[in-house]
Amino acid sequence: MTTNNNEEILVYAKPSLMTDNTMHYCPGCSHGVVHKLVAETIADMELTDKAVGVSPVGCSVLAYDYIDIDWAEAAHGRAPAVATALKRLSPEKLVFTYQGDGDLAAIGTAETIHACNRGENITIIFINNAIYGMTGGQMAPTTLLGMKTATCPEGRDPHLHGFPFKIADMVALLPGVRYVTRQSVHTPAAVRKAKKAITKAFTNSMQGGGTSFVEIVATCNSGWKMSPVAANKWMEEHMFPEYPLGDVKDI
Amino acid sequence: MKEEIRLMKGNEVVAEAAVRAGCDGFFGYPITPQTEIMETLMELKPWETTGMVVLQAESEVASINMLYGGAAAGKRVMTSSSSPGISLMCEGISYLASAELPCVIVDVMRGGPGLGTIQPSQSDYFQVVKGGGHGDYKLIVLAPASVQEMYDFVETAFELAFKYRTPVVILSDGLIGQMMERVTLREAKPRMTDAYIAEHYGDWALTGRKDGRRRNIVTSVRLDPHVMEGVNDRLQEKYRRIERDEVRYETFMTDDCDYLFVAYGSSARICRKAVDMARSEGIKVGLLRPITLFPFPSEAIASIASHCKGAMSVEMSAGQMVEDVRLAVNDRIPVRHFGRMGGAVHSPEEVFGAFKEMLINQKR
Repeated sequence: MTTNNNEEILVYAKPSLMTDNTMHYCPGCSHGVVHKLVAETIADMELTDKAVGVSPVGCSVLAYDYIDIDWAEAAHGRAPAVATALKRLSPEKLVFTYQGDGDLAAIGTAETIHACNRGENITIIFINNAIYGMTGGQMAPTTLLGMKTATCPEGRDPHLHGFPFKIADMVALLPGVRYVTRQSVHTPAAVRKAKKAITKAFTNSMQGGGTSFVEIVATCNSGWKMSPVAANKWMEEHMFPEYPLGDVKDI
Repeated sequence: MKEEIRLMKGNEVVAEAAVRAGCDGFFGYPITPQTEIMETLMELKPWETTGMVVLQAESEVASINMLYGGAAAGKRVMTSSSSPGISLMCEGISYLASAELPCVIVDVMRGGPGLGTIQPSQSDYFQVVKGGGHGDYKLIVLAPASVQEMYDFVETAFELAFKYRTPVVILSDGLIGQMMERVTLREAKPRMTDAYIAEHYGDWALTGRKDGRRRNIVTSVRLDPHVMEGVNDRLQEKYRRIERDEVRYETFMTDDCDYLFVAYGSSARICRKAVDMARSEGIKVGLLRPITLFPFPSEAIASIASHCKGAMSVEMSAGQMVEDVRLAVNDRIPVRHFGRMGGAVHSPEEVFGAFKEMLINQKR
């Protein structure tokens, strides 16, 4: 056995902005990874004293417990309105929202679209796991056709429930929007790409020029009633065809 | 902006008052009869002078949540609307009260229920004074009765909002909003600087986490019921302080009165004339005008009622404030209500006639 007395090389550490609070997220949930990326990016960009996050209603309502920056917790769906005023009144700040699919694409659709249409210089981070996690697995606007949830136990039927809502494609049409991308965090390569996307979005928000919208296609293995590994596989097979990864708009 | 005397509409002076009170942001949505407030702001273009932001939101729901964001940053923010729009804001108002955020909300009331009418009314008393949104919260409510008070109360409302970290409502009506009167616009106060906000509100405002300070979190969610009960205890303690220290009212000929009118806003002006009519017939009537609806001037009403034979609450509603007048006098004297509804405005003659019918002619 050889020993190396040289200094150890630190290759990975908990991001400095992640708190020590015990996370309430289920094991296997994508939120933890995305939180880590947000925390790392803010620290990397040296924006700790400028960052203000807006958390939603849903599983990530308590995001402020985990990332050590200033936060506002918004009413259900209203995060983009809250962020609008934060950024307009403090233009030097990095203002971002962190929202799930029910918050952003159901109850908050109007606030999402109008903040984007005004070209607010904010970043919207959108966790799309096609289900309501916090309330226990009900149908979301992004639930896939045929996918079973507590409120569509026979599977989503378009005649009853309409179709999966591709809101990223919709906001990409708006001239106020600068950057729309769809990412995931299910592999190390995907995590690296997602971090690049968040970095670009935050850079945009500090520069101005319009809204940045980062959708993370995510798993909710508890809500989907699968193991974390099976959930990742199911996401690749079923979510990605409906919500293809990659940039939708980048100007 | 120097002091000047002008002839202006009630709604227009709210805009002038906002700019001159050092307001940082106005967020609103058009609705009659208050739209001149945002229109006047857009004409004043304060973003070119004081740096104040004026933004037309996509809905009242968005406006009130923009207030939440702006107030969370420690800024002076306000919105204005009319009754149906205030209904839409009630969710956000509950959040603002729970998160203890200061802001100013102007309600220029119109007749309801439903889409109702665009004519003046006072039927939002329950909604604004008693709640409207969910949970145990109170708002400080100021009721202007003149164009000058529409101006003055904006600055007062900001002072109270920041003193108690709570939303303050200026509860006006379509009559005060639309009428023109002489008004003194005072010299402008500067907006707060970032340094001022950091120094005075740095323990809660989202100014960015600097080294050496904990992160600030503006929230209304506390899942642990013991923590949430503690928040409620704190809010209730604050409301008791407000009840103790901030009651405002005006009296007219109450020293010797045998009967008392209680009326706020437009109805108070109408009642003054009705008092004159009663006095000219030898009936000693007085008027108490609550200026704050919360905190309500219960003690003052009880004190005057102690030498009265009856009281009448006059409001353009089916009888909302009358419940608080009854609580104040605690059944010691009869308390009646009179008021037109649905956008109809009572005349002094109608008020005096109703008073004689209900309190003079009627045998008890």
